[in-house]
Amino acid sequence: MRILRAYTWLVIAWLTLPVLVMIVFGFNDTPGRYNQTWDGFTLKWYGKVFALDELTKALVVSLVVAVLTMLIAGALGTGIGYALGRYRFRGSGTINLIMFATMSSPELVMGASLLTLFVSLGVGLGAATITIAHVMFSISFVAVVVRARVLTLDRSIEEAAADLGANGWTTFWRVTFPLILPAVGSGMLLAFALSIDDFVVTNFTAGTTTTFPLWIWGATRVGLPPQVNVMGTLIFLVGVLIAVGTTIRARSHRAG
Amino acid sequence: MRHRLAPYLLVLPGGLWLLLFFVVPMVTMLSLSLQEGDVVNGYVLTGHWQTYVDAITNYRVQLVRSLIYGAITTVLLIVAAFPVAYFIAFYGRRRKATLLFLLLLPFFVSFVLRTISWRYILTDEGILLGPLKDAGLLADSFHILGTPVAVILGLVYNFLPFMVLPIYVALERIDPRVVEAARDLYASPLVAFRRVVFPLALPGVFAGVLMTFVPASSDYVNSAVLGSSSTTMIGQVIQSQYLVSSNYPTASALSFTLMAVLLIGVFAYARALGTEDVMKVAAR
Repeated sequence: MRILRAYTWLVIAWLTLPVLVMIVFGFNDTPGRYNQTWDGFTLKWYGKVFALDELTKALVVSLVVAVLTMLIAGALGTGIGYALGRYRFRGSGTINLIMFATMSSPELVMGASLLTLFVSLGVGLGAATITIAHVMFSISFVAVVVRARVLTLDRSIEEAAADLGANGWTTFWRVTFPLILPAVGSGMLLAFALSIDDFVVTNFTAGTTTTFPLWIWGATRVGLPPQVNVMGTLIFLVGVLIAVGTTIRARSHRAG
Repeated sequence: MRHRLAPYLLVLPGGLWLLLFFVVPMVTMLSLSLQEGDVVNGYVLTGHWQTYVDAITNYRVQLVRSLIYGAITTVLLIVAAFPVAYFIAFYGRRRKATLLFLLLLPFFVSFVLRTISWRYILTDEGILLGPLKDAGLLADSFHILGTPVAVILGLVYNFLPFMVLPIYVALERIDPRVVEAARDLYASPLVAFRRVVFPLALPGVFAGVLMTFVPASSDYVNSAVLGSSSTTMIGQVIQSQYLVSSNYPTASALSFTLMAVLLIGVFAYARALGTEDVMKVAAR
């Protein structure tokens, strides 16, 4: 038991090590782009975080694509998830199968096949094709989260609304939708996270457009500037804050 | 009438999106792999199976290597993840949520950035090997980067949470009274674990393998960042055939072969360790 505890913390430390290295080297007073040896503490990179135009542009592309993916995949995935959770209909098996396939296919193959399609149609690659690809692989995740919530809904609440004279439409928007909203929210957050972090599928569908992960990938050979560490640290902090915030809110809801 | 149409209207937009950008591309890729031609003059469908034969013959080494790396990674993942999941499920108590959150913490940093971070840590004179070499504990010529060890280490690192979580979920569902009953019937802790806990955790292990073997075998980031030309995986070949040499038929044939091999592997595995058999093991 003591050994197990020590081992678990060791694994957690191992998992966190690269994150710590990334954060620490954002404070490194390095003279050039070779940000691998410690040259003293500085905060100057936080002031110069947007000093590299190309990197800033890449980050903006990533954010725009992630927000669009979140909204589109959120809407489409919620539709599928709600239908699968609420209705029995012909073709639901096929939808389930396709969703399972998108979630278990190698990203590489999905990216490659989309590239094949875009090339054979003569479609120019860019932010639009990246968004199309990201929505494609996010829909299933949103749908699965929403379906799980719809399946556990207490139908008697909706029946009560109907008994009190609410029609189908009113019942949906005033009763059902608020109940599944948390699931829609977490599905959309998941879509945002999947999109902003994606490298493999993006690499195939981006053409000459650059996203944050693609820029990092391209810069690896010449050395990563400290700005990358700073941006990585800021994204990390925002992500952690959102996660902790939603957890605390969910807990206080349950308690109150 | 409205009720019968409702599910279809809800599914339609998302379903169309998946059809157009998942199913159709797969068919296009299969078709392109059987075509001949080039980017400039266009392609003609000729049912040219030779592309597959040539592609597999030329890149057999990388294909086999990817499957071996994927298999080693998966085995290491089970060994590394099981004790963690076990500790959190049975001894985590009120700290369960915190521990799971800490496990997922690295996911708030980009996958590419995390992998590159390992390269910095493992570099020859870096923060890990540098001090060890200075202290004379390691030979100056010792290196990890560029070896299969570094690549597999990177793969295990990146996929570990995907193995811990499903095993944790399976262990969490075990009724502690079942284990107590085994102990009451004079099973030693080890026997109770082997005959009761482990069989009940198998569905979780199974799910974990499904979630890690396919992405690990088809990965090309870890090998590109942490490996060398002697660790090239099939993903890197496919990537460069597509994006560098624009050799679409060969690239398509290789992607399709990779997917077919992985799917056959997954199905064979599912049959060998199917849910029914898992239940039988559990009942024994």
